[in-house]
Amino acid sequence: MTSSVAPFLIFYIGAAGVMLTRGMARQLLMLSIPLIGAWNLYILPTDTVISLAVFDYTLTVFKADRLSMLFGYLFHLAAFIGAIYSIHVKNSGEHVAGVMYAGSALGAVFVGDMISLFVFWEMLALTSVFLVLARNTERANSAAMRYIIIQVLSGVILLAGVLLRLHNTGTIAFTHIGLDGSLASQLIFLAFGIKCAFPLLHNWLTDAYPEATPSGTVYLSAFTTKVAVYALARSYAGTEILVYIGATMAMFPIFFAVIENDLRRVLAYSLINQIGFMVVGIGIGSELAMNGAISHAFNDVIFKGLLFMSMGAVLYRTGKMDGSALGGLYKSMPKTAFFCIIGAASISAFPLFSGFVSKSMVMVAALDEGYELVWLALLFASAGVFHHAGIKIPFFAFFAHDSGIRCKEAPTNMLIAMGLAAIICVFNGSYPWVLYSMLPFPVDYAPYTAAHVLTQTQLLFFSALAFTILKLMHIYPPELPGINIDAEWSYRMGLPKAVQAFKTVFGPLDQSIRKFGLGIVTAIIGLTFRFNGPNSALARTALVGSMVQWVIVLLGVYLALFLISSD
Amino acid sequence: MSDQKKHMFDDPKNVKRVIGALFVVCGLSIVAEFFIYRHIDHPWEVLFGFYGVYGFFACVILVLVAKEMRKVVMRKEDYYDK
Repeated sequence: MTSSVAPFLIFYIGAAGVMLTRGMARQLLMLSIPLIGAWNLYILPTDTVISLAVFDYTLTVFKADRLSMLFGYLFHLAAFIGAIYSIHVKNSGEHVAGVMYAGSALGAVFVGDMISLFVFWEMLALTSVFLVLARNTERANSAAMRYIIIQVLSGVILLAGVLLRLHNTGTIAFTHIGLDGSLASQLIFLAFGIKCAFPLLHNWLTDAYPEATPSGTVYLSAFTTKVAVYALARSYAGTEILVYIGATMAMFPIFFAVIENDLRRVLAYSLINQIGFMVVGIGIGSELAMNGAISHAFNDVIFKGLLFMSMGAVLYRTGKMDGSALGGLYKSMPKTAFFCIIGAASISAFPLFSGFVSKSMVMVAALDEGYELVWLALLFASAGVFHHAGIKIPFFAFFAHDSGIRCKEAPTNMLIAMGLAAIICVFNGSYPWVLYSMLPFPVDYAPYTAAHVLTQTQLLFFSALAFTILKLMHIYPPELPGINIDAEWSYRMGLPKAVQAFKTVFGPLDQSIRKFGLGIVTAIIGLTFRFNGPNSALARTALVGSMVQWVIVLLGVYLALFLISSD
Repeated sequence: MSDQKKHMFDDPKNVKRVIGALFVVCGLSIVAEFFIYRHIDHPWEVLFGFYGVYGFFACVILVLVAKEMRKVVMRKEDYYDK
């Protein structure tokens, strides 16, 4: 049995069903959409090409290879976990947005041309913004507005690049582009970079993700950035500048993460840090590095999803997300704490957990290709990620000082979703060969050598030791209420301030010019009024009799002149 | 809601045990270096306990720098809402 249905269609049609159903029926539908989708993908022959003709162009909405198939299955898995996690939510809008969003991500990874990519690129933005809006707070609404503006901007830049490329080369194929110095390639690179949260372009992520609903953030963390990683892998593999961009992404967010109070914002920074490893891998571009980047993307969706789920459960039960307000929750939510620790161990790349088998491929590739400083930076970032995501998240939420909060354990559906993600984390970490077999290139890498296990264990335990000692010596910065300004300051504060300053300087000038102009207009009106207004000389009505009288006078004058001149 | 149940880390002894275990594991991971042949990809890796030392100092530097960063970047919670 074979299928010829593009994967995104199942989600788009399913979303319509989700909108129309309620209660049990909707819950069943929510769970079955990703399952039906995955089954459809399984029976869809990989050499199938689904295209449609629009004007002179052939748009390809389905074209698969090993790279897109891996992301395809990954996104079905993430959608399934997200559906279980959010099944208790009553708001249909949020469900519809989640399903449409997952469908758009699936659309984007299977397209064969860049016009279709643009369509799904914008659909990702339009559908996901509702996951932020669904939080329904003033802060979330304004974050959502900033999010959608930046996301749509990324799409517009992408379209400009694609059209320029079409003009230059005559092709809209979604293949390797590379930075060849043309404006088109740079625009497309920039568009991918915005969605991938490149440094200075990253704040939409740390702004909007922590403001979304508990389950909304779980969806958000899975799709947008991973579609961008996929797009970079397809079009810019081996572009050297990505190595340095990626190393920066792996480094700078960990500093913000250490001092950030909102724990979901800590995870948002750590998301950028993990994407940094993938971007380095794509930049190196060797088979080992690409395998490392792609497998790390797979593992990251699951362990970052797990961490966001555990924090979402805390937010759902306590209504709080600040490290300064939480603590001691292992007493009330022991299962959530347990799953959170599994996610933390996975992101920290402990042996037997998923990060261990994928991140190291990128690191080894960096050394192989001679990027020694980048390797040191990544090693620093590896210690740092353990510090902020591995220790800080579970510690300040579930342990630290007892905040006195006593709440119920997370709802069963949330626990099931977290449990499923935790199982995948441990499975991929302990038995990586299933994941390895799905990677784009044959894997010639053994993660479990005695040396690798030993060095990684040393790195992590001594990082933990540093945390413990700093904490015991009261050097570790306490969790404090407050926010930290970042590049977003430029458009959230700098731009409004600049506009204000512009207004104070040019406001008076503008006003005097307007006043002068207004004066001239008023004078003209006054003058016109004087001559043409009611009772003015030109507007006065005259009697027919007086007109005849004047005609006679005029004729008389003519006559007199005639008589005088004819002499 | 108050709970009378005594939890694991309410007893400071258990906290000390965890910290003690961490010290022991750190020590063991260093000792293990005598017995495990370490494949070397890079000259720095030759240094004894390189990963442990690097991890430790990376985290200390990370925390100290981040702490200084707070002085520059930290604002009140309603900074952007004004």
